[in-house]
Amino acid sequence: MAELLERKRITVRVNGREVEDEVEVRTTLADWLREGLGLTGTHLGCEHGVCGACTVLVDGQAVRSCLMLAVQADGTEVRTVEGLAGPEGQLHPVQQAFLEHHALQCGFCTPGFLMTAVAFLEENPEPDEPSIREALSGNICRCTGYQPIVEAVADAAGRLRAPARAAG
Amino acid sequence: MKPPRFAYAAPESLEEALELLKEHGSEAKVLAGGQSLMPMLNLRLLKPAILVDINRLPGRDRIDEAEGMLRVGLLVRHRQAERSPLVRQSLPLLAEAVRQIGHPQIRNRGTLCGSVAHADPAAELPAVLAALGGQVVLRSAGGRRVLPADQFFLGFLTTALEPEEVVEELRLPVAPPRTGAAFLEFSRRAGDFALVGVAAQLAFDAAGRIAAAGLALTGVGGTPFKAASAEALLRGQAPSARLFAEAAERVREEVDPEADIHASAEYRRHLAQVLTRRALEAAWRRAGLEAA
Repeated sequence: MAELLERKRITVRVNGREVEDEVEVRTTLADWLREGLGLTGTHLGCEHGVCGACTVLVDGQAVRSCLMLAVQADGTEVRTVEGLAGPEGQLHPVQQAFLEHHALQCGFCTPGFLMTAVAFLEENPEPDEPSIREALSGNICRCTGYQPIVEAVADAAGRLRAPARAAG
Repeated sequence: MKPPRFAYAAPESLEEALELLKEHGSEAKVLAGGQSLMPMLNLRLLKPAILVDINRLPGRDRIDEAEGMLRVGLLVRHRQAERSPLVRQSLPLLAEAVRQIGHPQIRNRGTLCGSVAHADPAAELPAVLAALGGQVVLRSAGGRRVLPADQFFLGFLTTALEPEEVVEELRLPVAPPRTGAAFLEFSRRAGDFALVGVAAQLAFDAAGRIAAAGLALTGVGGTPFKAASAEALLRGQAPSARLFAEAAERVREEVDPEADIHASAEYRRHLAQVLTRRALEAAWRRAGLEAA
């Protein structure tokens, strides 16, 4: 019979680096990233799956890290906002587009929007505006700066396509 | 904010999971996608002693078709059903309903069986099951039972699921030829739980008359509302805007929604009527028989 545990050892690849840790089983993935690993770029807003601020990528898929236990991430690959910029600190094309379009005001919701947008654009390289809005519908910006966010994602789509074309 | 203390098991076979449930009964909770359970844990609305995480069960994420039924396995996630060519082809009503569940991040994790087990009164899938006369397969260490939707959903967040059981599979009849379907819902913000939603499927005979109608609503009571008398009204008739308006009026008369902070009972009745009419018209249009 499967063992009943209060703590568990996990191994997770976080932003390309393999991390081993022992966690209390009730720790959410969000709390583990923030408190266990010091990756405080993942923000916690509502902690019950409504605001989207804590969105990270687990095996490439955008998920709410407050609605997942750290132990459930054992053996997966997790990407957080800290994993977006390049090795020299150069911003990811989605981050660059957010910067240029002023797609953030207070910035609290931004990591969640960025991760949602990155996953969305990987699957939908040529999105139209309604599909961008649908993709972002699970992220709340209380400064209500949605218009520049949508514009930034549309622009980022073009930026991400450009190198692929240059390479082709 | 953090979930309360619990002991955790992640069994690697369904048999093991069922043994745990048998041993711990109502002390245990099953964790599938976690998109309803985790918020309740974070808010400490629930304090299970044991969490049985079924996400590591192998081979339980299959969608297939057998004997005229689409079968959705224990761990099929909304996103997977949304993208499945089989679902789109065999059961467009389900494909359209699943797309409207929560947000992309929710659909990446949440499971269809989990949503049905949770039985939120505003959820999409219970209405789809009710409209189509689908079945819920329940499994425990003691065996398996198959319940039709109307015997499974008992009340507000209440189902026939026993503490030692899991929802192992959903079975939905594949859409017959000459069928059109629509799932329409209205919510204040995209991705929110709907105020009211309507699942409608119309199958037509060779003469273009309605051979079978499946119609159910969500958000108008504790369980999905099966619009049986509107279905009877539609059956055998030639489709027309007038017929659909009459069926929608029937639904408006028969639903008995409650008021809450989101909407008055009267507004929900209004939505039930308008969405029913639109869903039936869309189903007709999509069957592609209008010209006939």
